[in-house]
Amino acid sequence: MNTDVIAETEYVRGTSLWRDAWRRLLKNKLAVFGLIVVILITLASLLGPAVIKRTMGFTPDFIPTHDTRLIGSFPPFTGPDGEFSWTHPMGTDNAGRDQLARVLQGGQISLFVGIISTLVSLLIGVSYGAIAGYVGGRLDNVMMRIVDVLYSLPYVIVVIVLLSMFRSQTPRGQLVLLFIALGSVSWLTMARIVRGQVLSLKNQEFVMAARATGVSARRIIFRHLVPNTLGPVIVYATLTIPQIMLTEAFLSFLGFGVQAPLASWGSLAADGIQNIAIFPWQLIFPGVTMALTLFSLNFLGDGLRDALDPQMRTT
Amino acid sequence: MLRFIVRRLLVTIPTILIVITITWGLIKLAPGNFYSGEKRLPPAIEKAIREKYGLDKPWYQQYGKTLWGIIRHGDFGTSLRYEGQSVNAIIRRSLPVSAAIGILAYLLALIVGITAGSIAALKQNSRWDYMSMTLAMLGISVPNFVLGPILVLVFSLSLYWLPPSRWGGFPSRNLILPVITLSAIYMAYIARLARAGMLEVLRSDYIRTARAKGLSEKDVLIKHALRGGLMPVVSYTGPALAFLLTGTVVVERIFALPGLGNYFIQASLNRDEPLIIGIVAFIAITLLLMNLLVDIAYAYLDPRVRYH
Repeated sequence: MNTDVIAETEYVRGTSLWRDAWRRLLKNKLAVFGLIVVILITLASLLGPAVIKRTMGFTPDFIPTHDTRLIGSFPPFTGPDGEFSWTHPMGTDNAGRDQLARVLQGGQISLFVGIISTLVSLLIGVSYGAIAGYVGGRLDNVMMRIVDVLYSLPYVIVVIVLLSMFRSQTPRGQLVLLFIALGSVSWLTMARIVRGQVLSLKNQEFVMAARATGVSARRIIFRHLVPNTLGPVIVYATLTIPQIMLTEAFLSFLGFGVQAPLASWGSLAADGIQNIAIFPWQLIFPGVTMALTLFSLNFLGDGLRDALDPQMRTT
Repeated sequence: MLRFIVRRLLVTIPTILIVITITWGLIKLAPGNFYSGEKRLPPAIEKAIREKYGLDKPWYQQYGKTLWGIIRHGDFGTSLRYEGQSVNAIIRRSLPVSAAIGILAYLLALIVGITAGSIAALKQNSRWDYMSMTLAMLGISVPNFVLGPILVLVFSLSLYWLPPSRWGGFPSRNLILPVITLSAIYMAYIARLARAGMLEVLRSDYIRTARAKGLSEKDVLIKHALRGGLMPVVSYTGPALAFLLTGTVVVERIFALPGLGNYFIQASLNRDEPLIIGIVAFIAITLLLMNLLVDIAYAYLDPRVRYH
């Protein structure tokens, strides 16, 4: 008899914050569209080049040196004689390389830079904001003044100086430099958000309880407070990824970012703009793919904000 | 109010110095220099040139000279790449180009953005609201180096309506495409901010009071709602200026305009140290002074700000 009651109560589960948010997110059509497109583009970027290698037999950097007719830029779905062909759905670039494979590989780099730099900015922003918020007082004041000052800097200009002066000899080195540069300038808003959250949390009972039982400040910040700021942090991180990807593309477009032989959507677009009048597909495909990705990420981020934090629902 | 301005100035001036110092430090710390490019000069000539430009002095003297020149005389030094031309002359020559497209783009963004955003807020959840907000999202997501070339492709290379590039003086038809390209993203941001601000204000008590005392809907909207609802747009002016400056870099590149941004990119690629420092310092000073003006305007419009 008694066991029955217990079994029954277990079935009545309260909806958790996350499940609730997930349900709200699924109701938002634009956010679901964004989520699906982001997943598709990520999968295509990760698997696409390998699939093309398997089925078509060429890698993104394959130049058809065996047949000089194939070296040259062909429009989408067109073979060397102008006939219809499935081989290159996005056409080819000047060297006869397959554009689809190159765009997908560029996506790997663009998404990679976006995600890693966001993680860097998250690491800095969350620690900075949480420490300022928890310690409070004069330290908080000084730390936030510094953020205010950094906010008003023309940081992209400084990043260009940094990247052009310390230009690495290897493409990988340049990529690492890019992570550091992008991550270290985009943590400011994150720090402000986390600080605000921590300020409103630090006087609640569970923190007082932790303090009363002698938990160290560091442990309170990173084990008790930071996990509770996760909602806004996830929302803002989702919105930071497209921003960083845009900045990366901007820098690569100007020639300061990703270096050949690596390519990102930005550097592909920069190559494409040279031939805009004759071979417009060289710019349009990487450009439109990138725009679609950013569009989807922005919708997803907006949707997450509405779902996770109904009070923040302003824009 | 005076105390507020003084306090802000006390932050602004050190910030300008910090920007100059960071840039200067980055340039000096980086390996290599202007003369370590592909074409090596004979050592004697390099030595003579270095002496001429004061590059043989110890770092603190060079730093002091740069800083003193800027503070005392507003003098940014002499370009290494463009021989015999002062950085000031280059800035004077290129600034009007950047300023023209920047200011026009910002005005266009304000007009279109505020109109679209306010209407979207007034008709929340209508078809117009969805359409303008989707367009705004598109504006935020399409990079300007994609938008610009596509506009050129359509309006210059296919329809032959507008010139595809080059500077044609002010005003000229050459300005139309660069200004649209540059303003798209700010239009989008401003529309979103205006919508959010208006939505919040329209629900507030003072608007209800205004309606209750029998003001006409037009007066309520224009005299009361707009003033409060556009505060987010005003506070976005500062960041917008910074982004406009970086945006012009790309737009000047796409449309081959001889503006500040184009010179800055050239200087960075050539390691033209005085020109880099000069342009960065100039941009930082302009930006921070503009920010200061925006802060003062904001404090004037919204008395709550002053007491924070």
